[in-house]
Amino acid sequence: MSGGTSKFQSNNGLVNWVEHRLPIFSFMDAQLNQYPTPKNLNYFWNFGSLAGIILVIMIVSGIALAMSYTPHTEFAFSSVERIMRDVNSGWLIRYLHVNGASMFFIVVYIHMFRGLYYGSYKAPREILWMIGIFILLAMMATAFMGYVLPWGQMSFWGATVITNLFSALPIIGEPIVKLLWGGFVVENATLNRFFALHYLLPFVIVGLIFMHLWALHMHHSNNPTGVEIKDEKQDTIPFHPYYTIKDLYGLGLLLTFFAFFIFFAPNYFGHPDNYIMADPLVTPAHIVPEWYFLPFYAILRAFTTDFFMYIPFAWLMSAKLAGVIAMFASILVLLALPWLDRSHIRSSNYRPAFRIFYWVFVIDCLVLGWVGGQAAEGILVTIGQWATFWYFFHLIIVVPVVGVLERPKALPNSIAASINGAPQAAE
Amino acid sequence: MSDTAQNAGQSTGGNAEIDEQTRRDFLIWSTAAVGAAGTALAVWPFIDQMNPAADTLALASTEVDISKIMVGQSVTVIWRGKPVFVRHRSADEISEAEVVDLALLPDPQADGARVTKPEWLIMVGVCTHLGCIPLGQKQGEEKGEFGGWFCPCHGSHYDTSGRIRKGPAPSNLTVPTHRFVDDTTVLIG
Amino acid sequence: MQIIKTLTAIAITGTLIIGVSSTQAAVSGPKPESINWSFNGVFGTYDRASLQRGFQVFQNVCAGCHSLNLVAFRNLKALGYNENEVKAIAAEYEVQDGPNEDGDMFDRPATPADHWPAPFANSRAAAAMNGGAVPPDLSLITKARGSGGDSAIRVSMLQPSGFPLGADYVHGLLTGYLEEAPVGFDLPEGKYYNKYYPGHSIAMSSPLGEDAVEYNDGTKATTDQMSRDVTTFLVWASEPELEHRKQLGVKVILFLIVLTAMLYALKRRIWANVH
Repeated sequence: MSGGTSKFQSNNGLVNWVEHRLPIFSFMDAQLNQYPTPKNLNYFWNFGSLAGIILVIMIVSGIALAMSYTPHTEFAFSSVERIMRDVNSGWLIRYLHVNGASMFFIVVYIHMFRGLYYGSYKAPREILWMIGIFILLAMMATAFMGYVLPWGQMSFWGATVITNLFSALPIIGEPIVKLLWGGFVVENATLNRFFALHYLLPFVIVGLIFMHLWALHMHHSNNPTGVEIKDEKQDTIPFHPYYTIKDLYGLGLLLTFFAFFIFFAPNYFGHPDNYIMADPLVTPAHIVPEWYFLPFYAILRAFTTDFFMYIPFAWLMSAKLAGVIAMFASILVLLALPWLDRSHIRSSNYRPAFRIFYWVFVIDCLVLGWVGGQAAEGILVTIGQWATFWYFFHLIIVVPVVGVLERPKALPNSIAASINGAPQAAE
Repeated sequence: MSDTAQNAGQSTGGNAEIDEQTRRDFLIWSTAAVGAAGTALAVWPFIDQMNPAADTLALASTEVDISKIMVGQSVTVIWRGKPVFVRHRSADEISEAEVVDLALLPDPQADGARVTKPEWLIMVGVCTHLGCIPLGQKQGEEKGEFGGWFCPCHGSHYDTSGRIRKGPAPSNLTVPTHRFVDDTTVLIG
Repeated sequence: MQIIKTLTAIAITGTLIIGVSSTQAAVSGPKPESINWSFNGVFGTYDRASLQRGFQVFQNVCAGCHSLNLVAFRNLKALGYNENEVKAIAAEYEVQDGPNEDGDMFDRPATPADHWPAPFANSRAAAAMNGGAVPPDLSLITKARGSGGDSAIRVSMLQPSGFPLGADYVHGLLTGYLEEAPVGFDLPEGKYYNKYYPGHSIAMSSPLGEDAVEYNDGTKATTDQMSRDVTTFLVWASEPELEHRKQLGVKVILFLIVLTAMLYALKRRIWANVH
């Protein structure tokens, strides 16, 4: 890894013995202690480390839950309730895990929108950004399978609806769905494999996070000006203690927010129907996914036979397949963002036109989320379709065009100059 | 930790600097102490969840109806997943158990210390050697040289008080905590 | 800094909007009265006398048709009964055990470790005895209806969306029967009209007539009183950890506020000299 070659030295014999064989101390010193970090990062740069800490909380609480959970359709629901009622502190650990999923997505979405605003995906950080998208995909898969485990009504019907998406694929659709289910409906085999994968995927995420950090440390953090580090002495400060304490302070705030939900509104993010045991013969009145999937769910549902984005493709595929493709495309298109954005300016602070479109996009995503939670009827269908249109229009058309046409504001000479107001502030 | 921060700062010099240093050190240590205490408390639920749960503990004691056990008969009940021997001893068995010279026993213990009522002997039926279940509960089963129980795995002989007399077992059969709720009911655990 | 504030505001509003909308549409129709329950709010606790009365209503009225599978007799200690009282209550019920030495199942008096025995052997039997409608298990009923369980922030966030607390919904349902369906409403044979039940046509007849039970503590058993008591009992059955959770929550949040304040002071101090 570049930058911050360690000046690590120790008087401790054992440390030196290990260091000579496995240079872990100098590695940690270079990457976590002396690691040069732009001095002007704002609080939005806290969310990466917060996401990492929540992942640790999720893994620890998840392992504890797995010790008392039974992945069998007959016992899953009651084993979860046994955790809530009989296992020591079981309710605490389960509510921690349940609300932790929501916290994880809140933090990661803020982390992503920060990257979008400050252009953190641009060269030379394209791979860093792409690994981030893969982390999001792995998180979504993990969250989806985790939601099936309590075997409530929403677990069962959510699993049924989402796995059925694959049946839209021509020819291979039906065999794939059968393969996912291990049967002809969502049943015990499905639950059992979802448990196995739900336990595995978080560790895949850990691996992806190491790659994400590796890529990050190659070129260091972006910063609110978007100007690269020019002079390590003037532009950066060591990660420790400056950003360790700042991250810890942010963690304190997040945990307080998190604790509020765990203790005083533990089912706020959940759906009441999931406290009814799964019944394959009774469909709930209104099936909704967890809130963090709602924007994507809205995109899926937007594709009806009369949707103007579908009509050009009507000769090629069913509206159902188009919806499924659009839903996956809405995430995969983000992989191409570093190349779609033609502007060399990273930070939206210096891109007046792009900034307006950025906020419109944020609102568009919130609208999609809101529509996704409502019953698909009347004006809401139209709103959902226009919001879906704008989502793709923004990423595929607005981003490249604005990048070419826009006249950006003047950038500061350096990070230090942006803080001091003038380059080379007198000492 | 404090060095790097100090270098980044401007030096104001003299006492003020030392004073500032002390105050910051105090803040660092007190915050670290509060944080560490919080972490330690937060770890406990994750360990405690492995302890027996409330439904398991609810089955931790078993009531046994002893009204139907005739003199000389034994029954085996399950308590915390293990067999418990409940024996209605005859007068002969009691006196046999009481007259033994304690000095001769590998694990000396008076019979009186092992029973609440002399006619009722209650023990965990797990051989103290390597965990086999001794014979002697049913009519006609091998009872060993001392008329009590015999463990077929490695040949441990127990007497009519469940004490080890001969063989590799190191100690007497364990007596679980129990009390007589009334004349016909005993609560084990 | 302005951007940060705006973005934070949008993020928080977004969270709340999405949180609310994701739990919508479980219950439609008019909004039941919102009651100032003793277990509401950050310091909420259960009223023990009401719990015991509610248990009496459950035993005498609900338990004939509804199961309470997740509650064990030993749990009743939380209502304020002692060990012997719990044993005595359990002994009034029979549970199936076995097989015995002859290989037969047999009935025996329940012990505190046993779970509440269900009134019907299975859901088919329950449906057959109740005109085709299975009376739902009541162990999680207040979490499975309305906004899904107790929520200290319902007033500020959930009320605007017209979304009742599970307890308010259950109380509303029990007291929301009309003698006759409104003119123009086509009530099917054997169904009853309820103001708060989704679709209004419910298979359960009004269960709580005046003086349906005779309270041990002498409280007058009005429909409203019985409904409040049994709702309290059912909230307890759904969330037995509620009191402990809230008490622990107050401590944890106070601790986190102190720790965060200390971290903030330390952050300020460490960053004081960075320019």
